[in-house]
Amino acid sequence: MLAGHHLLSLVIWVPILSGVLVLATGSDRQAGLARVLALFGALAGLFVAWPLYTQFNVQTADMQFTEFSSWIPALNINYHLGVDGISMPLMLLNSFTTVLVVVAGWRVIQNKVSQYMAAFLIMSGLINGMFAALDAMLFYVFFEAMLIPLFLVIGVWGGPRRVYAAIKFFLYTLLGSLLMLVAFIYLFFQCNGSFEILDFQALPLNLPVQILLFIAFFMAFAVKVPMWPVHTWLPDAHVEAPTGGSVVLAAITLKIGAYGFLRFTLPIVPDASHYMAGFIITLSLIAVVYIGLVALVQADMKKLIAYSSISHMGFATLGIFLFNTLGMEGALVQMVSHGFVSAAMFLSVGVMYDRLHSRQIGDYGGLAKVMPVFAAFFMLFSMANAGLPGTSGFVGEFMVIMAAMKVNFWYAFLAAITLILGAAYTLWMYKRVVFGDVVRTEVAKLRDLVPREFFMLAVLAVLVLGMGLYPLPLTEIMHSSVNNLLAHVAQSKLP
Amino acid sequence: MTDMQKLYLLVPLAPLLGAIVSGLFGRLIGRTLSHAVTILGVATSCWASWLIFRDVQAGHVFNGAVYTWLTSGDLRLQVGFLIDPLTAMMMLVVTFVSLMVHVYTIGYMHDDDGYQRFFSYISLFTFSMLILVMANNFLQLFFGWEAVGLVSYLLIGFWYTRPTAIYANLKAFLVNRVGDFGFVLGIALILAHTGTLDYEAVFAQATSLASQGISLWPGQHISLITLITFLLFVGAMGKSAQFPLHVWLPDSMEGPTPISALIHAATMVTAGIFMVTRMSPLFELSQATLSFVLVIGAITALFMGFLGMIQNDIKRVIAYSTLSQLGYMTVALGASAYSVAVFHLMTHAFFKALLFLAAGSVIIGMHHDQDMRNMGGLRKYMPITWLTSLVGSLALIGTPFFSGFYSKDSIIDVARLAMEHGTPGATFAYVSVVAGVFVTAFYSFRMYFLVFHGEERFRHVAHHVTHGDHHGTHDEPVAAHGHVHAPHESPLVVTLPLIMLAIPSLLIGYVTIQPMLFGGYFGQSIFINGVLHPEMAELQAEFHGAGEMALHSVDGLPFFLALSGVALSWFFYMKRPDIPAMLARRFSLIYRILENKYGFDEFNDWFFSGGARALGRLLWQVGDVSLIDGFFVNGSARVVGWFSTVTRRWQSGYIYHYAFAMIIGVFALVTWFVRTT
Repeated sequence: MLAGHHLLSLVIWVPILSGVLVLATGSDRQAGLARVLALFGALAGLFVAWPLYTQFNVQTADMQFTEFSSWIPALNINYHLGVDGISMPLMLLNSFTTVLVVVAGWRVIQNKVSQYMAAFLIMSGLINGMFAALDAMLFYVFFEAMLIPLFLVIGVWGGPRRVYAAIKFFLYTLLGSLLMLVAFIYLFFQCNGSFEILDFQALPLNLPVQILLFIAFFMAFAVKVPMWPVHTWLPDAHVEAPTGGSVVLAAITLKIGAYGFLRFTLPIVPDASHYMAGFIITLSLIAVVYIGLVALVQADMKKLIAYSSISHMGFATLGIFLFNTLGMEGALVQMVSHGFVSAAMFLSVGVMYDRLHSRQIGDYGGLAKVMPVFAAFFMLFSMANAGLPGTSGFVGEFMVIMAAMKVNFWYAFLAAITLILGAAYTLWMYKRVVFGDVVRTEVAKLRDLVPREFFMLAVLAVLVLGMGLYPLPLTEIMHSSVNNLLAHVAQSKLP
Repeated sequence: MTDMQKLYLLVPLAPLLGAIVSGLFGRLIGRTLSHAVTILGVATSCWASWLIFRDVQAGHVFNGAVYTWLTSGDLRLQVGFLIDPLTAMMMLVVTFVSLMVHVYTIGYMHDDDGYQRFFSYISLFTFSMLILVMANNFLQLFFGWEAVGLVSYLLIGFWYTRPTAIYANLKAFLVNRVGDFGFVLGIALILAHTGTLDYEAVFAQATSLASQGISLWPGQHISLITLITFLLFVGAMGKSAQFPLHVWLPDSMEGPTPISALIHAATMVTAGIFMVTRMSPLFELSQATLSFVLVIGAITALFMGFLGMIQNDIKRVIAYSTLSQLGYMTVALGASAYSVAVFHLMTHAFFKALLFLAAGSVIIGMHHDQDMRNMGGLRKYMPITWLTSLVGSLALIGTPFFSGFYSKDSIIDVARLAMEHGTPGATFAYVSVVAGVFVTAFYSFRMYFLVFHGEERFRHVAHHVTHGDHHGTHDEPVAAHGHVHAPHESPLVVTLPLIMLAIPSLLIGYVTIQPMLFGGYFGQSIFINGVLHPEMAELQAEFHGAGEMALHSVDGLPFFLALSGVALSWFFYMKRPDIPAMLARRFSLIYRILENKYGFDEFNDWFFSGGARALGRLLWQVGDVSLIDGFFVNGSARVVGWFSTVTRRWQSGYIYHYAFAMIIGVFALVTWFVRTT
């Protein structure tokens, strides 16, 4: 079967080609067609990605669905693809998010519709390519290429300060990734002319070199996560981005950083990773506590959720650098869960923004009275954001706190503060936005969810609850790859 | 799966189903079907609990998994049930009280727009509470723990347009989260040192935990089991509203009265007591934690009782009484008398639910006025409410033969025995619980006299309700006209649950004290280190039957104190109503301290809430905006910008500038060449 051999190529190129097709519909006179095509493209992308899950072999840690063909022979750069239990869930998450984004932008985007939709579809394919790449240069190309559509989405469809936000976002991430490119080139020469990631992982390196490489990777990935103190691009980008941009930014782009740590930093420079673990853990815990406090005082809902994203991603980096199974799987679960929960939170804010054109908490109040169905969904997602058991938000946090206790009491202590802070900033916002009496006449006129919005939030609600009540299927996918990675990291690569 | 196992599953799932149906389809199926389906669910659950209770009495204990939640490495986290005597008793209490509250709600919430939503929530609560008590592992315990917290949050804020309600529910959730913070760390320590979260496996390793130490900072070493039990107890302090995490419970009275009875008196707030009892194999190993438990319980028992003495809101009196009674249970835990704590938990569940529901009936009768100063003489108008209230009050103050007597007197006895053994903190605990008897009797009968006896003060009150319990989400026409509405007895759906609860409030102590405390009902589910803690054995030696115990008590100190409390409240509020006001003036400092609830709310608002916000603002403005963004990010952008502005000047586009620069360059180079050669 063709799909069996080129499944990953399909997962990458179906969205990209659909994007090109959508782009071909041209001006906004064909907006309706662009929307329909985009929805079909996104659904097709999800459809072709689904076999990754159903045909996935959980028993092995080897790369699966691999594809190989030469791309630039002169430099030995190859089109080499494959997935394992770490990248596969993220690709599914990405393909799913693309559908959400298309639906979310259905009515809201009235300007340059085909370009908007195409940007997301192309971005989806590029991100899939990045997760599937087994060649460092291929990875780098996808890694940088996906910035362009996101840059455009923020810069064209964004809010009033969109240009500042877009350029800040672009420069921040570009600066980081340039050092990674240098690291790749260095490793290319050390590996006798190979860009294979798996070759990089097998290469012995002495500690000073490892630390330098670690710093180079750290610059690229820490910015993406984002880790404190290189996080300040995120709140600005979120505030200015349209809803769809925020959803992809939070649900997918932030995961790229954590994925980079897992795919490059840990296996390529394991000794340096151990050496620097305390540093990363410290930054992660600062993210949890410091950023949690900052989130508490935000008046802008999107900014609040952006800060809460940083705080939640702190759990991902913390879990990764604890170097135990529970922590690393917790980190992965947290990444997937955060994909659902942050997407749901940003979509919820989008639902409100589309009606009142304000993101300020103070402009709302009493939504429960006028939008009861929305209030119920928003309650569920808020509770998930606060890490309530039974929702996906709990699983990863719980696993990482448990794992942290195995390493150090104070790591767990500081991480667990999120129980209080997460509830405080999320529910305080909920209280001011949804509860209370309706004060403003504009709010009194708001209408409850339309079917399109209802469907969108309902799907996410099912996923958030399903993953909270039964996370086993997700963790089963990861076991082999995570254990393999941990075994690899435990072995010194010092020559 | 055996039939019995199916029954176990039925117990939590029946209320869950009711909650889902009435929650998602409530508007579709209407009010009657909504309450029918939820009541049917809880009734099924109650009946199944009864069958299970009988089965457990026959000696069948179950401990097994339902499904695997997740696996990671060697760790296997499962959802499963532990059905033993302790669980069976809790299941029965929870489902019975819940059933009564469900029925009562038909009457109480009759006029409310959120009728279906309310039924959905209380059924969901019942499910959550059952998950909590039926758990056979810490993970599921925590699930239930948080789920009851969630429903409590939703129900306190049920009337979400009222600012006080949504303040109270946020406060309740956050204070509980502070407790959960400790609870999670305790669970994490257990997992880190035993590698499992199953009760049975953890308890099997309890002694090895007790032999370990942990170093929190260099040069310091504390016992691991003490740290674990302390952290677990912090969780209990949040949920069971123990000092200083008690602050959320009085405010939770903003919720509708049925849930005050179900959640904030009978069941959820006792989850902490239940949890510590369940963990008795761990707590028994740390005397330091037990003493801490003892002292915290004693503080709560006495000092929260004081606050009950000056409240005028009928529900708040009962709320403080609940705090105080939870303190009594905690004292019993601290004295290693777990069965006594659970015994008081059970009797308290009945009589306190009764008192709350009766208060709700009074509130209905008073047209949603909760201020006791506007009541009086209601016994003529509400005979059933009056009599059942009297039963509840007598049980609460520990009148011989009433259920509360047996449990409370047992607590006082174990506190005395612990004191005699020199347990640290026990003397303070004993004094507190004995003094608490007087306080309890005083505030209970102050309430009773103010509400049911004396002058009919409602005749003089212009009926504009300022603090009604029953503002619907709609603008309800409250009685604002001049004429007096005479109070009236509540309908049967309200009074029937009162009667049904009055029966166990009266009898259950007499009937069950022997099997529960001395007959080994709890069997293996409670562990006591008999060598270190012989109090229960000694209590058993002193016990010669329930009747004897009651008769014997009339010449004891607690009985005398209870009697004087009742007498004093009668004198103050029936005979000489001018005295309390005079005392309040004379001792205005003490009165103000009590009125401000010792200032905890102000302190917490200022220090924790305000402090966190100030810190957040500081980190944001100084850390993020000024330092990182202002200095580093935009600063480097500015440096680059400045640099390019400067270099741009060199590229003016004028040929004579370039020519001039060229000449200078050539001149400089030539000079340099000449000098070097």
